[in-house]
Amino acid sequence: MADALLEVEGLTKAFGAVVACDAVALALREGEVHAVIGPNGAGKTTLLGQLAGEIQPDAGRIRFAGEDVTGLPAHARAGRGLARSFQITSLFPRFSALDNVALAVQAQAGHSFRFWRPAARETALIAPAREALARVGLAERAAVPAAALAHGEQRQLEIAMALASRPRLLLLDEPTAGMGREDSGRMIALLAALKAEGRMTILLIEHDMDAVFALADRITVLVYGQVIATGAPEEIRANAEVRRAYLGKETAA
Amino acid sequence: MARPVVTRLFIWGALVLLLALPPLVQGLGADFAVGVATRILIFALVGTSLNLILGYGGMVSFGHAAFFGAGAYVVAILAQHDTYGEPLLTWPIAVEGTQSAFIAWPAAMAVSAILALVIGVVALRTSGLYFIMITLAFAQMLYFFFISLRAYGGEDGLSLFARSAAGPLDLADDVHFYYLVLGLVLLALWLKRRLVAARFGRVLRGIRDNERRMQALGFPTFRYKLAAFAMAGAAAGLAGALIANQTEFVSPSFLDWQRSGEILVIVILGGMGRVYGPVAGAAAFLLLEEVLSAWTDHWMLVLGPILVLVVLFAKGGIWSLIDRGGQADG
Ligand SMILES: Nc1ncnc2c1ncn2[C@@H]1O[C@H](COP(=O)(O)OP(=O)(O)OP(=O)(O)O)[C@@H](O)[C@H]1O
Ligand SMILES: [Mg+2]
Repeated sequence: MADALLEVEGLTKAFGAVVACDAVALALREGEVHAVIGPNGAGKTTLLGQLAGEIQPDAGRIRFAGEDVTGLPAHARAGRGLARSFQITSLFPRFSALDNVALAVQAQAGHSFRFWRPAARETALIAPAREALARVGLAERAAVPAAALAHGEQRQLEIAMALASRPRLLLLDEPTAGMGREDSGRMIALLAALKAEGRMTILLIEHDMDAVFALADRITVLVYGQVIATGAPEEIRANAEVRRAYLGKETAA
Repeated sequence: MARPVVTRLFIWGALVLLLALPPLVQGLGADFAVGVATRILIFALVGTSLNLILGYGGMVSFGHAAFFGAGAYVVAILAQHDTYGEPLLTWPIAVEGTQSAFIAWPAAMAVSAILALVIGVVALRTSGLYFIMITLAFAQMLYFFFISLRAYGGEDGLSLFARSAAGPLDLADDVHFYYLVLGLVLLALWLKRRLVAARFGRVLRGIRDNERRMQALGFPTFRYKLAAFAMAGAAAGLAGALIANQTEFVSPSFLDWQRSGEILVIVILGGMGRVYGPVAGAAAFLLLEEVLSAWTDHWMLVLGPILVLVVLFAKGGIWSLIDRGGQADG
């Protein structure tokens, strides 16, 4: 796998008796959309947290763009081109939508030991922030405090913030979580457009199977912290073990 | 962030009043008011420094008096060595005492900033209650350290023979001293306004509101918090240098935990995360103390309920009552 952007080996994390990730191996090819699916509590968020650097694994290695990043803190990984969104919306509630995104731009615009120029008037921060907001369809809501946005809009803002840092790898934790049908349709269309641009690699955790099968180039199935299958969508659909462990209940329905 | 007209009128009115205060009160034969106003301004400065980390950075430091008191001691100790003509240090470098404001005050700021760096490196690895307890513990350590310094008066403290020498200004003159303090406070407020609106201030506010998200975005949050903590320490050190000059006396009580509590109260009463909040807080707190303590020794009994009412009914402190319709973080 010479062309793998992200390579994970033997990644293990236990919370007490619960082994949330059990020797997980994963390889993401540059430019692909790779979905990770699995039942509630399978360890998907824990896996993503370790990739982002927020959770320290008990064992295993993570290589990103050819570099071992296992010991790097979250901010250092973000600096190397790794961006994430959160399953439970995580914003700056008092900041306007625009300022939320501008902060994401600022994070990748050199150090912030700048004490004099008002950040609100820095075009270098604002122009890319507006662009990212427009990208997710929030241009009109730029001035609204994040706390006052509707749930669906907040989820879109999450994506705008991740986009604004121009990542090489985007880690999305259930971007459609808690959304109605209409909002989640819009989110899937947005992700499809990002995929079509082909500028970044996406790791997508998702429960919505329509979204997964519409977007994913490959799928990894996680059950009780273990990878039980990895492959193209058709292979996963046809995989007996996966059907039994996970898809079964939905195909039966 | 445009301010409402009423607020702007209030700010300019207050500024004019402060500038005209000495001749005004002298005309009324109330010269002592210059001293009261100076004290309020000094506490506004130390409140402003705490507000940077508390109001904007979300760091609830319960040991801020340590930096304030340390600054005061630096000035007093340097002055004592100068008076007796004994060097402060002979090894590894020779350090003479001094009464010069231009040397002693920056030294007070530097010492307090370094103290803040050292304390911050440890304390900022924690958060919430632990942070409160650790900053309190460090401040108490320093408090007992100064008690143990027999050469500098121990528990009894240390008197200054005179105020610092400040070139053309005669600080022995209360009016000169007042204008110098006013100038420094205005400078500090101006710098703070710039700072909180600049990139650095945004990072601080971001950390206050959601530190985890800041790290995920790529901000190494620790070093920004530490920098803010050290800056706040330096400003508190300057306020300490000023209070030593005003009272011409320092003692360990300058950095005990009650003093830290008072500084916290000034910031909370005035309005956390509002640039002018601590000025309003210091004025309210010290004027209440002045008025109530003349009336009863148990003035804290009255202040307590007032504080509770402010916290309950004016979440943004006194400043939010003045600056109605104004925005937070301004
Ligand atoms: N910080 C933690 N402390 C203790 N246990 C945890 C912690 N985080 C996760 N767990 C446990 O680890 C397991 C995996 O959790 P995780 O959140 O990774 O699952 P998930 O696949 O993301 O689930 P969901 O689909 O519900 O989001 C669960 O049993 C969970 O209870
Ligand atoms: Mg999850």
